[in-house]
Amino acid sequence: MSLINASIDSAIAIAERRSGKFGAEFYAGRTNAILERAFLAFKTSSWMIVLSGFVEPVFYLLSFGFGLGALIGGVTDGAGNSVSYAAYIAPALLATSAMNGAIYDSTWNVFFKMHFGKLYQTMLATSLGTLDVALGEIGWALLRGLAYAMGFMVIMAPLGLIPSWWGILAIPGAVLVAFGFASIGMGITSYLKNFQQMNWVNFFMLPMFLFSGTFYPLSIYPDWLRMIIEALPLWQAIQLERDLTLGTVGWSTLAHVAYFAVMIVGGLYFTTKRLSALFLR
Amino acid sequence: MGNAFKEESTELAKKTAPADLMIVAKGLTKKYDDFTAVDGIDFQVKRGESFGLLGPNGAGKSTTMKMIGATSLRTGGELTILGKDPNKQGPEIRAHLGVVPQTDNHDNDLKAWENLYIYGRYFGLGRKFLKKKVEELLDFAQLQDKRDVKVDQLSGGMKRRLTIARGLVNEPEILMLDEPTTGLDPQARHILWDRLFRLKEEGVTLVITTHYMDEAEQLCDRLIVMDKGKIMAEGAPADLIKKYSSKEVLEVRFGSSKNAEAAEKLKHLGDRIETLPDRILFYAEDGEKVLKQIHKLGFEPATSLVRRSSLEDVFLRLTGRTLVE
Ligand SMILES: Nc1ncnc2c1ncn2[C@@H]1O[C@H](COP(=O)(O)OP(=O)(O)OP(=O)(O)O)[C@@H](O)[C@H]1O
Ligand SMILES: [Mg+2]
Repeated sequence: MSLINASIDSAIAIAERRSGKFGAEFYAGRTNAILERAFLAFKTSSWMIVLSGFVEPVFYLLSFGFGLGALIGGVTDGAGNSVSYAAYIAPALLATSAMNGAIYDSTWNVFFKMHFGKLYQTMLATSLGTLDVALGEIGWALLRGLAYAMGFMVIMAPLGLIPSWWGILAIPGAVLVAFGFASIGMGITSYLKNFQQMNWVNFFMLPMFLFSGTFYPLSIYPDWLRMIIEALPLWQAIQLERDLTLGTVGWSTLAHVAYFAVMIVGGLYFTTKRLSALFLR
Repeated sequence: MGNAFKEESTELAKKTAPADLMIVAKGLTKKYDDFTAVDGIDFQVKRGESFGLLGPNGAGKSTTMKMIGATSLRTGGELTILGKDPNKQGPEIRAHLGVVPQTDNHDNDLKAWENLYIYGRYFGLGRKFLKKKVEELLDFAQLQDKRDVKVDQLSGGMKRRLTIARGLVNEPEILMLDEPTTGLDPQARHILWDRLFRLKEEGVTLVITTHYMDEAEQLCDRLIVMDKGKIMAEGAPADLIKKYSSKEVLEVRFGSSKNAEAAEKLKHLGDRIETLPDRILFYAEDGEKVLKQIHKLGFEPATSLVRRSSLEDVFLRLTGRTLVE
């Protein structure tokens, strides 16, 4: 009777459709199931944490951008135009909050699930693959990053902090940045064994936030230091967002995009490998 | 003669038809660094069979289950599940399997019903299908009144029931149960047995580990007894009892100080005798007869009991009575 129907929609039939295709051993094409899980869990999660991720950059913008900005006046951007201090740091804060959100999700959240929740073992006992899990977890971080970025833009735009129409692209830009950080972050987290080691992550994040050209141009640094900072992902992220919101788009903007594309691919590869090593050993 | 030929040819057909062999392990080995948890075991499981893995703690049962479940990579030998290699085709194989792991691993952020639902979604099953399925499984697990409770607020046995129900969500062809009834009350145990019998009738292949020998005797068509990663014996429960034990067992007690002395003088009786601190066991075709012989020799046991030999006797004989470390 319903036998035919049942076999079309059975778990086996669903899995068999990917059989033999490239990557079938680690990817079932079902990232959406993990996003759905994240949404179910989110409904009952702590709204304070969610809200703080949004409020933080806004507070920074108010205190530094407008408070400190009143003392400083203007800054010259990459193309030599003078911009207000608030408009100068706003994209940096956007990039930083994308980074922070991604790192929070891919380190603290993932760490907890790996070691206490046993969630990934459960997922990987089904017909999901390790790349599904990695993409799903990162994808959730990105959705959150997207929501933060849009919220921040809604505040920035009316304040006149986004002088260029290119600025709309700063939203997908923030998602790209978050994707890069989350991919690497999840891989790194898989090596961490306890909460002390988790603090090392913060130990790197804070100085990167303060010194990556967030609040002032790198031109005040000696050359060797400037080159180190320019290699760091947060500087890349800030430049990307700043190019977009200020409309100083050029080849270098594309280079920043490429930087994150490499970071994403490398991070996903690394994370998928690690998940296999940890949970399918 | 014609009959014999026919039987042989169907035997042959069974051997060559890969669809009928659900699991084939040859020299299957798992090493954790230097430690060998599963040491080159061979076995096969046919479609619709109910196959048991017995063995003391640390024998390698769960490790074997995980390798079959394609969640642990083998380090040596061969393993095919439905003709596929779990080291390479994990997701595909897992679609066929229902897994009840030894330790419950629920999603503690979710409610009871959500756990069943999302597990089905991981298999890619449709929402409409799952809506019905989840209700059916909540009924089966008798968790309807706890459906909206977060999992960490369920009792141990309830969690276990939820794990078992979850293993059925994708209507698996092979159901892997690692000590499914540990922590269940007698009612829940019987509900599970009942369900397992029905699944078996429907053609589902069962792979079960348990420490309850009565359960193994009831549920398994065939089983292996493992110890230290190796297979000690294989066969149907009744055959194993025949082979490694006797039909009956006579248990007598003379009081702990006198047991050893009496055993020394009675050791020629029955097929085999085993002296324990608190009693002596005589393995024999006819327990009453041995008891009469004991009386004839002038011994008066404080208590005596004749019982049928069980799988437990086989198990203890094969794996030793002392706690294996
Ligand atoms: N992840 C692991 N790393 C190292 N050794 C392991 C690991 N998992 C299991 N072992 C070892 O492998 C051996 C077999 O373990 P396994 O869990 O398969 O036993 P079991 O037969 O299921 O026992 P039990 O009846 O207690 O469940 C044990 O000695 C155990 O310590
Ligand atoms: Mg076990």
